[in-house]
Amino acid sequence: MTESDEERRARLDRLRRANKQFMGLVPHNEALGIRILEFDEARARMRLPYVPHLAGNPETGVLHGGVVTALLDACCGGAVFMALREPVPIATLDLRVDHLRAAPAGCDLEAVAHCFRVARHVAFVRATAYVEDESRPIAVAAATFALATPSTPGSSRTQSP
Amino acid sequence: MSERLARALAEARAVGDPDRLVAAIPYCRWLGVQASLQDGRLVASLPFRQMLVGNPVLPALHGGVLGALLESVAVLEWLWTAPEAVLPRPINLTVAFLRSARPETTHANASIVRQGRRVVSMRAQAWQSDRDAPVAVAMGQLLVAADPRAG
Repeated sequence: MTESDEERRARLDRLRRANKQFMGLVPHNEALGIRILEFDEARARMRLPYVPHLAGNPETGVLHGGVVTALLDACCGGAVFMALREPVPIATLDLRVDHLRAAPAGCDLEAVAHCFRVARHVAFVRATAYVEDESRPIAVAAATFALATPSTPGSSRTQSP
Repeated sequence: MSERLARALAEARAVGDPDRLVAAIPYCRWLGVQASLQDGRLVASLPFRQMLVGNPVLPALHGGVLGALLESVAVLEWLWTAPEAVLPRPINLTVAFLRSARPETTHANASIVRQGRRVVSMRAQAWQSDRDAPVAVAMGQLLVAADPRAG
């Protein structure tokens, strides 16, 4: 059951390729300009470049909370996928976002997510959105994802690769 | 609240059309959110467009799109019904995704669960063709205390 370093590298390469391929096909990630910075074991890091049309307040230019939510959701999904043994369809079950401070206008937003537990049917993940300084988060998220396991082949509710 | 939003809100209320308020929020406009009154209640609708898709295989709407729609409708509902015009700042939002959202128009509404002096608790739901089968529901807290730094 324990995998060798070589097996682990091969698995991560496989997951990374499938993850990137899937991400590249998601129209909403493309529309938001979300870019992958890093896919590693159970982790994902992404960037969303600032554009004025994503503001919630036309005068301050502060990003709309929904944009932060979308980036966190995408990043959480990416981290869950990187925690799997084999690529299987995943779907967000729930997502909680705490908005800690306003995202400064004009600044690119980044997010990093860590999937810290993969059970048989469910995976648990935390994520942080920040501008430049990861230790001063703009928002934090906690999410759970449903996994399509071999015993429950992709139902109509499942999403992703 | 910014002057532009305050003006848009005043105009929207004067003519009874919440869509004028949505037009003043850049991100909602970009996403394609439309607001209307149905039986006197505010409903935010999001017509389907390819750019909203989060899963091209099914296809299904992006979870972030549903989260954004639910958060937006909570803010709009509060702005539309609140006695004083303060742009609420979301504190948090918890979304439960109940069904995969198909490539069709999605509607959402919100209601106030508890109105405090500084914080308002809201519940929001999103549905598609069947109003009794929501695709997502959310609970959220909005900060509605006036921001001394805001203009």
